Amino acid sequence: MEEKIRVLVAKLGLDAHDRGAKVIARAYRDAGFEVIYTGLFQRPEAVAEAAVQEDVDVVAVSSLAGAHLTLIPELIQQLRDRGVDDVLILAGGVIPEEDVPALLAHGVARVFGPGSDLDEIIAFTRENVRRRAWS
Amino acid sequence: MELIDRFRAGDRRALARAITWVENGRPEAAELLKALYPLGGKAHVIGVTGPPGAGKSTLVDRMALGLRQRGQRVAIVAVDPSSPFSGGAILGDRIRMQRSLSDPGIYMRSLSSRGHVGGISQATGDVVAVLDAFGFDTVLVETVGAGQSEVEIVGLAHTIVVVAVPGLGDDIQAIKAGILEIGDIFAVNKADREGAERTVAEIEMMLDLGHMGEPGLNRWPAEGPLPGGPAGYQGLERLDPTGHHKDVDELPPGVTAPARPGGGAGAGGEGPGGAPTAPQGPGGRHGSVAPGGISWRPPVVKTVAKDGQGVEQLLDRCLEHLQFLRESGRWEARQREDAQARVQDLVARLVARRVLDRAAAAGDLPRLTEAVARREVDPYTAAEAILRRHFAEPPGRPEEPIS
Repeated sequence: MEEKIRVLVAKLGLDAHDRGAKVIARAYRDAGFEVIYTGLFQRPEAVAEAAVQEDVDVVAVSSLAGAHLTLIPELIQQLRDRGVDDVLILAGGVIPEEDVPALLAHGVARVFGPGSDLDEIIAFTRENVRRRAWS
Repeated sequence: MELIDRFRAGDRRALARAITWVENGRPEAAELLKALYPLGGKAHVIGVTGPPGAGKSTLVDRMALGLRQRGQRVAIVAVDPSSPFSGGAILGDRIRMQRSLSDPGIYMRSLSSRGHVGGISQATGDVVAVLDAFGFDTVLVETVGAGQSEVEIVGLAHTIVVVAVPGLGDDIQAIKAGILEIGDIFAVNKADREGAERTVAEIEMMLDLGHMGEPGLNRWPAEGPLPGGPAGYQGLERLDPTGHHKDVDELPPGVTAPARPGGGAGAGGEGPGGAPTAPQGPGGRHGSVAPGGISWRPPVVKTVAKDGQGVEQLLDRCLEHLQFLRESGRWEARQREDAQARVQDLVARLVARRVLDRAAAAGDLPRLTEAVARREVDPYTAAEAILRRHFAEPPGRPEEPIS
């Protein structure tokens, strides 16, 4: 059986717009990935718990409501609290250029702003997934 | 192996990773399943199936919460279809399971069907085995939205809940073969909608017709005595209040079976909707009677999953069905059937892999398949030739292509 890349597409906090999340979920599906979509209004700990239970390779956070500098670092902390350090974390949506360095410093691998090329997102994801070994 | 140690210690990340290995068919997965096998065999596996949009996910969410309130540890496995084009999938069952997923006593895993068409994925059985070994009391398995032929859940679940909704069709739909044959319990969900009573009546009528086939693998085998002696089904009062099943040997003394093998009643009917009822007569096969006069006639329960209505009754019926399986001896019979099916399946797969690997290494497989493609050889002759050459032969003999 082929090993599938599993991606959790997450919406954090009071952010009611999930069109972007659905577009990226579909693009990942069409690239042959398995996408777990958890729906709107998720708390960081719920997303971290879902990432653990679903054993995903990637957590892709879509943020359109401006709370990314609070919620994404909190999500990353929640993941670390659960011992998850081998997951690729991506962010996308409306994220100002000046916020990107802070997110990268917290452990986000890359931030994809509006107008990002879906093929590029998929290629980046494929290349940067850390193939898990359990040592 | 560190993973197994962490798994045994109850680490949920180790559980999640173990499931990934099993799903991907990694070589380590076989070793893992071997090591975990002695830990399993305890969980009550409840399959939930029904058409797309019937409310399966929401119902499973409510059922998981209800079982938690009864003190159980609960795992959920939800299967969604994979794309036939890309092989990818969008697994969205978590969206409708928000209530239960905040409970740390519940573990939920989304599976893609990965091209398998029976309503579950090929690895679902092994995934359930892993969850069983981890120590969950109940594993809820939600199938792909199913129509009339996605019935593989029968080979996996002890208790099958078929979810129906009002307004999907006339009574001919209800007497067709398929998923309506496999239900041990029927839930008419969205029962606040118009037509719910009619749907209930149609399913009841289908069950009363009595020739729809036995309830899945829960049938009693025609031969063989009742293991452990007949126990007579008495109904709800012997359920442990926590919802945990009791073993047959813990039953109160003096419980005996009615002495009308093949035709006797259980503890008598509870009326419509109650689980234990008298058999429907000699023609009845749905809910047929086991030796010792223990019977199960699938109950029909009305639910409104979004409000939680009817879910407690549904869970009561599930636990009664488990009790029925144990007291009638079908639980043990089922374990034997499963063991036989599993071993046969694995032998077939291992033999096939070994033979095909040897045939490929010797060059016979590509050569013969090419010949079949050119219609110089027929596939039966090719397969027989490969078996003659690569099946019985002891390893280490010089490999020469079949001339």
